[in-house]
Amino acid sequence: MAFEYLDHEADVGIKATADTLEEAFEEGARAMFNTMVDIARVEPKRKVEVRASADSVDSLFVEFLNKMLSRADREEMVFSRFRVKITKGKPYKLTALAWGEPLDTEKHEVKTEVKAATYSGLKCWTDSGKHHVQCVLDI
Amino acid sequence: MENIDVKKIDEYRWEIPKKGEMLVPGRIYGDRNIIDHLVADVRAGKEWNALRQIVNVACLPGIQRASMAMSDVHPGYGFPIGGVGAFDMKTGVISVAGVGYDANCGVRTLKTELARDDIEKKKKELAEALFAMVPAGLGSTGDIRLSVDQIDEILVKGAEYAVEKGYGFKDDLLYTEEDGRVRGTDPSAVSREAKQRQFKQVGTLGSGNHYLEVQYVEQIFDNVIAEAYGLKQNQILISIHCGSRALGHQIGTDYIKVLEQATKKYKIPIKDKELVCAPFESEEGRRYFSAVNCAINAAFANRQAIAHLTRKAVNEAMGTDEESVKMLYDIGHNTAKLEKHLADDGKEKDLIVMRKGATRAFGPGRKEIPKAYQKVGQPVLVGGTMGTCSYILCGTEQGMLETFGSACHGAGRNMSREQAKKQWRGEGIVNELAKRGIIVKGHSLAGVAEEAPGAYKDVNEVVDVMHYSGIAKKVALLKPMICIKG
Repeated sequence: MAFEYLDHEADVGIKATADTLEEAFEEGARAMFNTMVDIARVEPKRKVEVRASADSVDSLFVEFLNKMLSRADREEMVFSRFRVKITKGKPYKLTALAWGEPLDTEKHEVKTEVKAATYSGLKCWTDSGKHHVQCVLDI
Repeated sequence: MENIDVKKIDEYRWEIPKKGEMLVPGRIYGDRNIIDHLVADVRAGKEWNALRQIVNVACLPGIQRASMAMSDVHPGYGFPIGGVGAFDMKTGVISVAGVGYDANCGVRTLKTELARDDIEKKKKELAEALFAMVPAGLGSTGDIRLSVDQIDEILVKGAEYAVEKGYGFKDDLLYTEEDGRVRGTDPSAVSREAKQRQFKQVGTLGSGNHYLEVQYVEQIFDNVIAEAYGLKQNQILISIHCGSRALGHQIGTDYIKVLEQATKKYKIPIKDKELVCAPFESEEGRRYFSAVNCAINAAFANRQAIAHLTRKAVNEAMGTDEESVKMLYDIGHNTAKLEKHLADDGKEKDLIVMRKGATRAFGPGRKEIPKAYQKVGQPVLVGGTMGTCSYILCGTEQGMLETFGSACHGAGRNMSREQAKKQWRGEGIVNELAKRGIIVKGHSLAGVAEEAPGAYKDVNEVVDVMHYSGIAKKVALLKPMICIKG
C-alpha cells in the first residue's frame, strides 16, 4: 500500500495504490490527510464512522474523501487510519471507520487546508493485480 | 502526443483556433514567456494542462465569444485558473468548475491614514496584533459563533448582516462588490451540513494561498485614477485574501453530485468529469446558482468580519481610531454572475459570467461599481506573492469589449506545491524576507514553503500583459511589509 503526490501546479494530485480497492481508498484518505497534517503524528485515539454512496466507483472515491473532510471539519479532528468496506451495486455503497484525534496544530505539524476532493483527473483502475485511485484536491 | 495549436494575434493576445467540438475559439492573454510555459506543459504530456482545459471549456453549450484565460493562467480543475467563460442564459450551462469550491474567494483592500514610516517604527507590534486577532490556518475557528438561523441571515444579507451586528461601518458596503449583498439567494438550497461547517468559521482566513498583508504604495502609475481611489505614495494599505470558507467548500461538494446527475439527465457532452454542469435555466442549474449566491454573501460577510478584526488590531498597535481605516474595495475572483454584455447574436443581454481565478474589472460608466469610481472604472485588486508585490489596476472600456470586463487575479503559480516544498524550507523563506524588512507570520512553515515567491509567475509580467493589452490599467504598485499566512 502506498500513496504519492502528482504534479499539479495549483492544487494537489493524489494517487493511491494497493492490493484491493478498499485499501486503495484507505490510502487515498491517508494521502489527503497527509496534505493537511503529518499523519505519522496523528494517534488513532477516537473512531468515527462515515457512509457514502455514488453511481460509480470513482465518484464514490471523491464522495468518501469529501465526507471525511466534512467530518474532520465538524469534529475538529484529523484522521490517520481507515478501514473501508465497499458494496458494489446500484448505487455503490461505502462504510468507513476512521481513527484519529482532535486537531492539535503543534503536535500534528499542520500544513494546508483541503477545500474539496474534485472530479479532476479522477480515475479508479487496476493493472498487474494492483488497484489504483487518483484525483485532484482543491487547496 | 497531444497537440494544441496556439496562434499569435499580437504581443499579448493568443488564440486556440476553433476546431472539432469547440463552439468558440480559446483566447489567452499572455506574453511569449507565459504562452511558452503553457505549450511546454502540453508537450511534456502533463495530465493537467491549462490549454487543454481552455479547449474543454470552449466545448460547453451556450458559451459566448471565446473560452478565455487571463495572464495568470495555470492549470485548475475543469476550468483553468484565470479562466473566464460567459454563457447564454437560455442555451448555456453553469458548473462548479467555473466557480470553484471557494465561491467568492476574493480580496478586500483597506486604506489607512498611516504612512510607511509610521509602520516601520511599530512593525513587530502590528504583526503580533494582527496575528493574534485574525484566526488563520487549518482548523482555525473564530470567536464568532452562530446558529443555523443566523447563518441563513448571512446567506441572504452578506456583509450587511455583519455591519448590522457591529462588524464595521455602513460605508464599507458602498465599496464592496454588489454592496456586499448579492440578490437571488435561497438558503434552502444550501445543505444543513454546509451551514454546520460554518458555525465557527466566520471571521477566519483559512489557509493555502490566503493571506492578510500590510502593504505600502511604492509607486503610482496613474495620478488621476489614484486620486479617485484615494491613494497616495507611501500610504499604508491592508489587503485580505480569503473566501467563503467551509460553507462554500461544502456547497461545491454537494452540487458537483447534483450536476453529475444533471449532466446525464440533459445529455450534456463534457470533456472532463469535473466539468459536470446543468442548463442554467433547469431546476438544478437555478438551484446551484442560488446556492452560489449564498456562498458569495458568506464570503462578503467573512471579509467584513476580518476587516473589523483588522481595524481592532491596527487600533491596538498603532493607536489610530477604527474609522480612519476605510475601504478601497472588496471584489471576488471565483464567481458566477448575471451581467449585461454583448452576446454573440449582437444583442446586449444578461449572460452568466463564470470567473475562476479572474477578477471582474468593469470599466467607466458601469452602474454596478461604486459611484466614486464610476468616472474612472473599478479597482482591480491583484495579489502578488508574499515576497514580491501586489497591484491595483483599473477596469477599462477595452476590457468590457473583449473579456466581459475581466482581468487577472494574482501572479499565478508556475510550480507545484510538492516541488516548492522540495526546493524551499518555510524557515528559510521567513528569514530571507525578514532581511528585506518583511515580517511573515504563518501558522504552518510547510504552508509558507508551498507559497514561496519562486513558485509563482512574475506578477509584474502578468500585470504588464493586462496593462499593455488595454484590458486593465496599472494604477499603483504595493510592496509588502507584514504578511500573515494561513
